[in-house]
Amino acid sequence: MIQAFAFYLFASFVVASGAITILARNPVHSVLWLILAFFNGAGLMVLVGAEFIAMLLVIVYVGAVAVLFLFVVMMLDIDFSEMRAGFIKNAPLGVMIALVLLVELVMGVGAWRTGALQLGVANGASATPEGLSNTAAIGALLYTRYLFLFEAAGIILLVAMIGAIVLTHRQRSDTRGQNVGRQIARRPDEATVNVKPAVGQGVTL
Amino acid sequence: MIGIEHYVVVSSILFVLGVLGIFLNRKNVIIILMSIELILLAVNINFVAFSAFLHDLVGQIFAMFVLTVAAGEAAIGLAILVIYFRGRGTIAVDDVNRMKG
Repeated sequence: MIQAFAFYLFASFVVASGAITILARNPVHSVLWLILAFFNGAGLMVLVGAEFIAMLLVIVYVGAVAVLFLFVVMMLDIDFSEMRAGFIKNAPLGVMIALVLLVELVMGVGAWRTGALQLGVANGASATPEGLSNTAAIGALLYTRYLFLFEAAGIILLVAMIGAIVLTHRQRSDTRGQNVGRQIARRPDEATVNVKPAVGQGVTL
Repeated sequence: MIGIEHYVVVSSILFVLGVLGIFLNRKNVIIILMSIELILLAVNINFVAFSAFLHDLVGQIFAMFVLTVAAGEAAIGLAILVIYFRGRGTIAVDDVNRMKG
């Protein structure tokens, strides 16, 4: 009972905040509603016992991706009202396509309910082990059977990081940066001179 | 009792909302990227729900990879957005014609 209540709560919140995300006038509000959608999505995942993915969703999406969006939205100085010019014009086509898509997806569920479709059956190769917590079970599977995929995911993140840095890095000509080569090539004997000035005459440098 | 079909319907609605967001905000590439994140969230909910109801952990492993790719995609997309804005002073994507494609 309480589970059904929690499910409907999370489900209605995730759908509502998703809708406001795409409809909000201000992109900052969009990002904040997106964060709420992610939190409720994580709640849905906790309900079926996938705590690890739920926490990962909160950490990665809310902690990193949404904050990245927030940074970019606030950093760029854009007139967002002008951005919404085509909103009404695009609405009929968009709503039509969305409705068709939704009907098709729900028809799939209906076909399954009538028994015309069979769900796949897990072959037991990576069945959830008994007596292990969700995190331990995922770890046991991820570091053995899916080790190479895990490393490929790491490479994807590395490439994305390098790509983002390379794309946004720029050489600025109006600032004086450090010239490492000149610094290293400098020798003590050409950098300093030992002079013995006569009294009252001073030195020329 | 909550069954798999409840989860599938929720993730279908979320997926469709993401697609609708791409159509509605065709000029604002930031909202388009957010819509893509919504779509990926729907996919992840689907993966996790099926994984739980079939008692097979592969779905959750896969959801993790989807998460990874989504994070990389957001980083690269926003980086491209920033350099585009730096060059043009706008992010209106319906008149992107620099590469004459």
